[in-house]
Order: sequence, then C-alpha cells, then structure tokens
Amino acid sequence: MATLVQAVRMALHYGETHLGVTDIFGEDVGPPLGGVFTATQGLKTAWNSPLDERGIVGTAMGIAYAGGRPVAEIQFCDYGFNTIDLLKVAGNQRWASAGNYEMPLVLMTPSGSGIRGSLYHSHSFESWASRLAGWKIFMPSRPLDAYGLMLSAIVDPNPVLALLPKALLRVRGDELLPGEPEDPEQLKAMIDAPVGDRSAWQPQWPPLEEYFIPLGKARICREGADATVVSYGRTLPLCERAADELWEERGLRFEVIDLRTIFPYDWETIRTSLLKTGRILFVNEDTEVTNFGEHLLRRVVEEHFYDVLAAPRVLQGKHVPGIGLNQIYEQNTVPQLPQIRQAMLELAMEEP
Amino acid sequence: MTAVADLRTGRFSLPADRVREIYTLMVRARKLEERMIKMSKSGEGYFWIGGPGEEAFNVCLGLQVKKGQGPDYDYLHLHYRNSATMLAMGMEPIDAMRQMAMRRTDPHSMGRNFVGHFARREWNVLPVSSVIEIQYTMAPGTALVQKRHGGDGISIVVGGDAGTAEGDFASCMIWSSRPGQRLPVLMIVMNNHWGISTAAETQHGEEHIIDRGKPFGIPGEVVDGCDPVASWHAIARAMEYCRRERGPFMLEALVSRLHGHSSSSGAVRVENEPDCVTILEQRMLEAGVCDRTYIAHVHETEEAGIEQALEQVLREPQPDPTDVPRFTYAPSPVDAVYPQDYDDLPGRRRSS
Repeated sequence: MATLVQAVRMALHYGETHLGVTDIFGEDVGPPLGGVFTATQGLKTAWNSPLDERGIVGTAMGIAYAGGRPVAEIQFCDYGFNTIDLLKVAGNQRWASAGNYEMPLVLMTPSGSGIRGSLYHSHSFESWASRLAGWKIFMPSRPLDAYGLMLSAIVDPNPVLALLPKALLRVRGDELLPGEPEDPEQLKAMIDAPVGDRSAWQPQWPPLEEYFIPLGKARICREGADATVVSYGRTLPLCERAADELWEERGLRFEVIDLRTIFPYDWETIRTSLLKTGRILFVNEDTEVTNFGEHLLRRVVEEHFYDVLAAPRVLQGKHVPGIGLNQIYEQNTVPQLPQIRQAMLELAMEEP
Repeated sequence: MTAVADLRTGRFSLPADRVREIYTLMVRARKLEERMIKMSKSGEGYFWIGGPGEEAFNVCLGLQVKKGQGPDYDYLHLHYRNSATMLAMGMEPIDAMRQMAMRRTDPHSMGRNFVGHFARREWNVLPVSSVIEIQYTMAPGTALVQKRHGGDGISIVVGGDAGTAEGDFASCMIWSSRPGQRLPVLMIVMNNHWGISTAAETQHGEEHIIDRGKPFGIPGEVVDGCDPVASWHAIARAMEYCRRERGPFMLEALVSRLHGHSSSSGAVRVENEPDCVTILEQRMLEAGVCDRTYIAHVHETEEAGIEQALEQVLREPQPDPTDVPRFTYAPSPVDAVYPQDYDDLPGRRRSS
C-alpha cells in the first residue's frame, strides 16, 4: 500500500503523462531531492526554483495564463503567508476579468502539526485558505483520496490548493491505488529514490489508472446514528479511532465524515448526517478564533437550530502564537486522541 | 495632408505619417482620460486613475506589440496607466468608458473593477490588478511558456518607479535571469518620480532603476518617455533584444504625471511637468509634419468621438444583482458542488 506522499507523487506522474501537467516546481522540488517530503521524486517535469514563494505563485499564474498546467509547491504552508495577496488575486482573476481568463493551477503545500515542527513547521492553513474565494481547497487523510483528489485538482480549470497533512504523509493506506502493485516494498523499490547518489536513478512507474474523486464530495468513514463527527487531515484518523473505541467500550455508534474538500464543502452529507443523529462535532487543528469549523457550526445553528439534540461544537487548536517544540506544548495545543474521544463522548452523552 | 518631413531626435527619426498616427492616438488617450476625470467628479463614475503624461511612450509601446492570443504573441502585464497602450492596440475608447461607468457591457470586468484595469484575452492582455508590482511575479511564467514554445513572442511587464521597491521587482529579475533559463521578459518602469505623494528622491538612492539589472546581466536603457521618437526606437531596440536573445531587458521611461496619482488627490492638472502632447505639437509644427489646422482638427474629432461614446455608455445597462457571483469558477467536470459556476454557499437555497 502506498503512503500518502507516494500517492501524491503517483498522481503527479499520472498528471504529467496523461492530464497535461507541464511544470511541477518549487524549492527543492526537482532533482536531486525531489521535495523535502519526496512528493516530486522522479517526475519528468519537476524543477527547482529560487527560494521565493511569491515568485513561485506568480510564475505558476503566468504559466497558467499562457496555457500551461502548473503544479507548484510551497515547501511548508508556514512559508506561504507572504503569498496571500497573490493567492487572493489567483482566486479572483476569472471573476475580476468577467471570464476573460481561467486560472488552471494547483498549489500544494504540507499543512498542520504532527512532525515535531515547532513554531514554523506546524501551522495550519485551511482557515486562512477558506477565505480565498475562487479557490478550491482539499485536504486528504488517506493515500487513495490524495491520488483521486489530486487528479481532480489537475483537471479542474480553477486554482486548487492541496493541503497535505504533514503528519500523515508517510502513513500507508489500506486500499490500493488503481494500478499500484500489492507489495509496498515493490512499490518502494520502483518509485522511491535511493539514499545517497541518485544521479543515475530512474523511477519505474506502475501502470497507474485514472481515478477522480470529485471535489466537494465527503466520505462517510463510519456509519452511525448516535452522533456525527466531521473532520479532515491529521485529526480524521483520530476521530475514526475514537469512534471505534467508543463503540467497543460504550456501544456508541458515531458517524465519522471525512470532509476531504474544505471548499466547496459537502454540506449535503453533513446535513443529512446531522438530521439523522441530531448531534454534531467538527474537529480540526487550526486555531480557534475564526476557525473554518466555526463557519460550519454557524450553518448548523442558523439552519438546524431546532433539529439538534445537543449543543453543536467545534474542537480545534488553541489561540496561541505557535506550537512549541516540547511535545507538552504540541499535545496541549492541537487536538489529540484523548481530547477528541472526550469531546465525542460528551457530545453523545449530553442530555437536552 | 502629405508627409513633408520626418521628426528627428538625435540620430533617430520617425516618418511624418507615423508621427501623425502616434499624435492622434495620444490626443485620443488624453481626451479619454480628461473626460473620465470629469466623470469621476460628476458622479458618472467613481474613482479615476490613469496615465495622462505617459501617452507618448504608451502609444509607441502599443503600436509595436505583437498582438494576438497565445504564446506566439506578446503577453502584456500592464498597470493602471496604460490606456494609451490599449488604444494604440486598437481598443475603442468606449470600452474604457464602459469600465469607468461600471456598465455591464464593460468587457474588462463587467463593471467590477476600477478604470484602467484592463483584461483582454484575445490580445494577451492579462487582468490588471490594483496591487502594486504583483504583475512582475507573473511575467516570468508567461515568458517561460513562450521560450519553451518557440517563436518570438515576449512578455512585457509595466509598472511605476515607486513599485520597484517591492520584492516582486527583484523576483522578476531573478526568475528572468536564472543561469541557462533566461527568459524574454521586457521589464518596463514608467518613472514619473512619484509614489502617490512621496517623491522618489526621498526614498530611492539608486541613480537609475535600470542599474539594478546589472548584477543579473539584464541590459537596460533610460529613455525620455515624453519623446515619441526616442521612445519608439528605445522600445524597438528593447523588443528586438528580447525577441532575438530570448532574455530579459529593462527599459526605464522618464514620464510626467499630469493629473496626480488619482481622483483621490483631486486629479487636478499640474503645470510644472512636461506635457508630451503639447511638446509634440510644437515639434510637429516646427518640423513641418503638420499645420495648426490639422492639430485643431484632431482635437475636435477626438473630443467629439469621446463625447459620442459617453452618450452611448450612459444608455447601456448596469450589472444585475444576479451577476454578483458570476464567473467565480470556470465549469469543471470534477466538481460535485459547482460544475458550472459559483452561485451561493454549498447546499444553500440559490438566490433567485
């Protein structure tokens, strides 16, 4: 089974060989490194750029204007904050020009905590990104979704931001990608660059197949009628695990929804589940003031105030200036399994 | 009348018929801007910003652009003082006035953007943004596609002198001069010596802006942007270099700002800066390129054309409230929520 980062790499390979991707670029994206997380190893259109995030975004826009299909990388989302006005412009070019231009670009960047990344390798970006009208934003929690969503991002003629959960990049999935060999060691030997001198190395790509996961389509990971929990990225597998534990220990059936796409989000799936359970919790690790989960909570309150059986809530990261390196800081700043489990239990047990 | 003389600047000259063509376009641009300034004061429009004082250079630029769509032709990353360039390329004045009057018929933005914020796909004119200097990050992207594509198309990026303090100007130099990857970017700086109310000499220590290109191996030239003869030939040389060498060139045009920064500062006519239109009229008379009757005729004809256009614009429709979200997204085969365009939040009842 591929890891999430291998799935991204294979999607990009499929993109450059079948879907018209012309340029995959960013800092350390080309050889010899192939990306600090190895997302771009062995790709024929991958190239290294200057250490200049604004130049990366602007150049991607220029390539897209001129008919190319770029996939650009910001090495860590923590370093993308100086591009935010360019992201805003990329999202508004079609609208501002009344349809004169499209902006078919993909920007990918690792996001969130979980790699002991300290202040500037632990940021979340989805709440900031959700304010960038004109963009589409996804954040996968498993390799198959990363593959299918990345292919959709590539063919979508609008700007798409791929937020890759840092903590899950090296986690294997439990489903094969279409065309992936069954043996993960075989896959590794085929597409992972060797450590050390790799100047003569060439990847051997498996016979990958087209597989689109539509943007705006959530996945129901666990079905249940007692309460709903909605998450994405790093915290999603924790929600699944908490749901499994609470079923085994308490007999509670949680409906766990992987939102997958931040925008456009799948409101129909959220709404349908809420109407079934009457209880809903949104879980993410971005900071808690003006958090994207708050927007979803607002819609629950405004549109389903009389449908809920317990206070709808959001579990999120603390509003502090950063995530400290000592793990005491990290574990007490962004949601971990115990807090998620506790929040889910309280939601299910709350009496009206 | 027949051509009787060339107009000369030093060893360079332009034939009389070309001079009259340039002059007519300059007057058209001046009349257009003056009328739009009045619109900003009369309530027929709101904010005004434009390029009175830059007409000589801007017309010469527009007449020499390789105009068309796609990488075989020049890409134009303009700023908001380029109306004379657009007129020289063939834009009808009415299309600028439609934007000033915020009409639905405005082909650049459907009444959404400030005047001078052009966008025209069939001429490779990329959407002009109010955000200073960001266009300099995008020009290397279009130029990269052009260099790879072949042919002699170049990417022309235009901004003011104050904006060169932004890091995006440095981004453009760096990305256009990467070793082995030099790009056909014509960087044009319109040096009017002002950044709104701040004089350049109080903020910039460099003698010439083009001097900044030297460490990157970017050749440059300073030209009197009020002189169409000098401007025409400087632009021709710069374009020829970019087309032939497939590398960057920097052109700094010394120009006037005859109505201040924008309507925010009153857009009052200043009297202490050279006026390229009246200077050219004097030179044409002295060189025998035309007589006073011709000059009066051009003024009268162009002014009448502008007034006629305004009458038509004011009869044209306003945008409709249902236009608000229109052109947010291009149609996508992989978007489950917005396969056509954005209309409202996911799952929300559509506004009618």
